[in-house]
Amino acid sequence: MKRPSFFAALITIASTAIAIASGLLVLAGYFFAQEAGGPTSLLAELRLTLLDWALILAGFATFVGIISLIQVHYKKIRLRQVSSIYSLLLILSLAGTFLYGLAKPAQAGKIFTTLQLPVEASLMAVLTVTLTYASIRLLRRRFNLLTVIFLITALLILLGTAPLPFLGNLPGISDWMRPFIAQVMAGAGARGILLGMALGTLTTGLRILFGADRPYGGNK
Amino acid sequence: MTGIWVGLAGFGIVFLSAALMLGLSILRRKTPPVYRDIPAITRLRQAVGLVVEDGSRLHVSLGRGALTSPQSASALAGLSLLRRLADLTSAGDQAPIVTSGEASLAILSQDTLRAASNSSGLASFDPSAGRLTGLSPFSYAAGTIPAIRDENVSASLLLGNFGVEVGLLTDAVERKNTFVLAGSDNLAAQAVIYASAQESLIGEEIYAGGAYVESGPLHTASLTVQDLLRWLLIAAILVGSLVALAGAL
Repeated sequence: MKRPSFFAALITIASTAIAIASGLLVLAGYFFAQEAGGPTSLLAELRLTLLDWALILAGFATFVGIISLIQVHYKKIRLRQVSSIYSLLLILSLAGTFLYGLAKPAQAGKIFTTLQLPVEASLMAVLTVTLTYASIRLLRRRFNLLTVIFLITALLILLGTAPLPFLGNLPGISDWMRPFIAQVMAGAGARGILLGMALGTLTTGLRILFGADRPYGGNK
Repeated sequence: MTGIWVGLAGFGIVFLSAALMLGLSILRRKTPPVYRDIPAITRLRQAVGLVVEDGSRLHVSLGRGALTSPQSASALAGLSLLRRLADLTSAGDQAPIVTSGEASLAILSQDTLRAASNSSGLASFDPSAGRLTGLSPFSYAAGTIPAIRDENVSASLLLGNFGVEVGLLTDAVERKNTFVLAGSDNLAAQAVIYASAQESLIGEEIYAGGAYVESGPLHTASLTVQDLLRWLLIAAILVGSLVALAGAL
């Protein structure tokens, strides 16, 4: 295990202190957004300023991320790795979209609506088949009571939601069972899961504010 | 005035949680932690051990949770777990590869891998190991699949904010017949993960991974605080229901 240099340790301490202070200010800005008389508090204004800075940095991060994406795919092409033809296609498409955006800024969205959206919709269709197959495979991989309940519930919701040819809605399933499962049982379960995740989010945030988890500066 | 009271109540809950976490981490710092068994995490540790033994790679996908959005918590939990897994795999031949659908997460993943590489001093850091694979849900999935398929990956961890597109990723892992553990903060994705992944983390389990893989006293305390707050919430819901029932009668 290598010991960090003095300069690296200093950067880590400074980044940790700045991150914790910014986190505490933003958190306080949420709780004390208003002065007692009504106007916006100084903390709330500080919160908005810090969030604006974060948004600017996130925009710049996207630029850096795209450069990193080009580097990864350029390396694949240079080393003639498996499927490098797709990397070449990606870089050419990226360059083409960029140039089209520069030439016709008002119509840049057309590439997204005419190419990207249809391709993503077709991936959604592939996902439907993938999930059907995964559900069948689930019985083979993990055959227990919960799996059986999961699959029966999915089947009942499907039967109750999709109008069947010549039959239409199924009495009992479409009008009573599907709403009961979706709104009462699944609704209650979903709220329980969401409450649990809210608590998880709270303690994760606090761990970061205490510096126990440090996703910035890279240290534990 | 209502806003001030709501703010004070929120502050009270966060302050109580913070005080409990600090207090418990100090009180129990010498007690060995006892955790509820999560079989998925146990199998992840075994899979990471196999990755080191057979010289293959671990793949970690952090999802698409932007750092400025509420979905960032699951991605930050994924980063925390990544740091510990990168330490565990540092003795292996190849560093983990990390894919993200959000640029700031990609930068943080590179930083995490660099720190793991620096602290182990064993392997040189490759910036291309932490990469952005796409900015929309399906382009992210489409960009991640080649990494799972072509880069000698034998175990995948998908932890962060995913939508239903996570089904394409778990399917790609299944086709390679390798290990996958997946967890998301999105309810629809959790259902897809339950049906399609070998191992799944449901609900708040996604935030507990870091503590299970290598815990500090604050991690252990945070899990205890979660449990305490959960019981408080259950009690509040029950009392609220009884009061409402009594009012209706």
